Amino acid sequence: MSENREKKVREPLVHLTRRSIMSPAKAWGIRVMAVLLGLLVCGIVAFLLVDKLRQNPGRIGEFYYTFIKGSFSTPRKAWKFFKDLAILLCIALALTPAFRMRFWNTGAEGQTLMGIWGAIAVAFYWGGKIPEGLLLVLMFAASLLCGAAWGLIPALFKAKWNTNETLFTLMMNYVASYVVAYFLVVWVPSGSSNLGKLKYGKLPSLGHDYLLIILVTLLLTIGLHIYLNYSKHGYELNVVGESIRTAKYVGIGVGKVIIRTMILSGALCGLAGYLIAAGLDQTITTESVGGQGFTAIMVCWLAKFHPLGMILTAGLVTLLDHGAAQISQDFSVASDFPDVVVGIILFFVIGSEFFINYQLHFRGHEKEGSVK
Amino acid sequence: MKKLLAVILTLAMVAAMAMTAGAESVDYSGVKLGAILLHDENSTYDLNFLNGIKEAAANLGLDDSQVIVKTGIPESNECYEAAMDLVDEGCNVIFADSFGHEDFMIAAAKENENVEFCHATGTKAHTEGLANFHNAFASIYEGRYLAGVAAGLKLKELQDAGSLKGDHPVIGYVGAFTYAEVISGYTSFYLGAKSIVPDVTMNVQFTGSWYDETEEKNAAQALIADADLISQHADSMGAPSACEDAGIPNVSYNGSTVESCPNTFIVASRINWAPYFEYILTQKAKGEAIDTDWTGTIATGSVLLTDVNEKAAAAGTVEKLAEVKAALEDGSLKVFDTATEGFITVGGEALASYTADVDTDEAFTPDTEVVADGFFHESEYRSAPYFDVQIDGITLVNTAF
Repeated sequence: MSENREKKVREPLVHLTRRSIMSPAKAWGIRVMAVLLGLLVCGIVAFLLVDKLRQNPGRIGEFYYTFIKGSFSTPRKAWKFFKDLAILLCIALALTPAFRMRFWNTGAEGQTLMGIWGAIAVAFYWGGKIPEGLLLVLMFAASLLCGAAWGLIPALFKAKWNTNETLFTLMMNYVASYVVAYFLVVWVPSGSSNLGKLKYGKLPSLGHDYLLIILVTLLLTIGLHIYLNYSKHGYELNVVGESIRTAKYVGIGVGKVIIRTMILSGALCGLAGYLIAAGLDQTITTESVGGQGFTAIMVCWLAKFHPLGMILTAGLVTLLDHGAAQISQDFSVASDFPDVVVGIILFFVIGSEFFINYQLHFRGHEKEGSVK
Repeated sequence: MKKLLAVILTLAMVAAMAMTAGAESVDYSGVKLGAILLHDENSTYDLNFLNGIKEAAANLGLDDSQVIVKTGIPESNECYEAAMDLVDEGCNVIFADSFGHEDFMIAAAKENENVEFCHATGTKAHTEGLANFHNAFASIYEGRYLAGVAAGLKLKELQDAGSLKGDHPVIGYVGAFTYAEVISGYTSFYLGAKSIVPDVTMNVQFTGSWYDETEEKNAAQALIADADLISQHADSMGAPSACEDAGIPNVSYNGSTVESCPNTFIVASRINWAPYFEYILTQKAKGEAIDTDWTGTIATGSVLLTDVNEKAAAAGTVEKLAEVKAALEDGSLKVFDTATEGFITVGGEALASYTADVDTDEAFTPDTEVVADGFFHESEYRSAPYFDVQIDGITLVNTAF
């Protein structure tokens, strides 16, 4: 055995070291490069898969232009872009306090859906029977309550019995979806499970129907930035996220902070639900959130849990999403293809974080002692 | 001078005649169709519409720029956005394929008077009072009845051979929701089978979803325990593939599944939407009004049966189907025949009268008498089905949906 140890350790082909701090300019350079590389790969994949492009290679420029066209070619599309950005951002913001606390809330989809359900239930039972203004207030309260309740349940279990919050919040999404399916059966006697657009409970229009949604989310972004960085609550949840032992040592009630923060996180999801229910749909299906609760996790993560940064990441995701839908429409390809496009670009964006955090060293290319 | 005038007048007349003769063939250059689909071609339901659009566009000679299809549009404000975006793109006929799109299509229709909005499976056009909002469906219950006849023949063959699972033939049926469209579908299917094997019964299990492959497969597998034959009103391959695995005959819907189920697929009924697309585009091109409620029939080519799979079907199926189809076409045979004794009964009694919910209201109040002249008048007072009677011989395994 001992002679084996004396054998020379073979240097691996590649090894990684964690970088110290990279200059922001260089980091952003890498990120932009990643997006460009992703777009290039998309073009190649599109060329291989899309018939209309292969037959007419001249349309490749149009392919790239479609990314912009999908969001900005008409005023209506621009409004829709900012509205979709706002809703996605609102859900991502809702996740942020929990994520800062290292509480992996994967239940935004369900918490938002319950927010929608709360508002629609109030509008369904009381619409037309009480003044519209009061109805909207009650819907708002119901949304926040339902969202908060859906966030509180896993938090209680985490605080009392240290259950795994990732699985718990994930499963709560399915419960929410079945709650909605159940009420659609109860509410719609014809059996179609299709509620239709309700007549009451629509948010007023400030010049444009979407302006209110955009403004509310903007205020929320600023508010949350302040809450997380300049308030005692924000400080406490950051400490819990860094180290539970430190938090206990300095006398922070960890259970209390977890519960308080998840109520906030759930309630903000509920707010997003209210904006969807009263501001947009005025109806509910099990698909009302449409996966945005999961997309928001990525938006939040990409921005490293910084509310202001999320404006950028939510914008990028929305832009890709709209561009992809436009590609599907203009090049008559299945809607799976745009998902491939979005996937490729996000792969590169997320991958670039790896190269920002780590450095690769190739065998033979390093001089002795070149690293530190 | 007079001569010249005569020549000019003659020329003018000839020109005018030439122009009117030219107007006989419709000019489609001014129409642009925008279609909003709930899913994409992976769903048999939406694929059926996509094929209809392609067929109609080819038949009318439309080019690529005259058709825009938006797939994956949910039943929410997104549908309104999609419709408005299509208006921006210059579409003047806009179509949506899913029931839940209706209210959002109506909202867009109210804002665009010069654009026609056509909605399949919807129920509100005849009460909404908008000149530019229209519903459409097809008398698919006739297709279901024919498919039921094919099922009945197969069951008869099994019965004669003594290879039924129980003492009488049993059909298993996978449904989506306990909704009129589904009830009308499975009842007409059952009646088709009953016209061949009078002692047949049917078990229906619902999935609570229009598209859920796992649930549909599970439901089919549960039903196979008692059933000699399976059919379904749900959009995935769940039930057909469960049948192929178990070697149980299957009557399919929306399209042929013979490629993946070569041993068990008998026949499928489907709606062909191409005639409707041709109709609405032609009306728009001619500047004429589109029917508020349009019901396609076997005669318009809207209700079709696929080719019979001779390998699985009973002998003589093709001939019998042709005979029954002719009787349906000339009106001598009614699917929901309430006059023939013992054919349609509810609690042992004949169905002499029924008030259906034709005009959609919030309380879903029944409002129209639909039984007259010895049959239930399905899809006459509006295009979407409203037959939602639970008749004898059909057992609902679960009614929660």
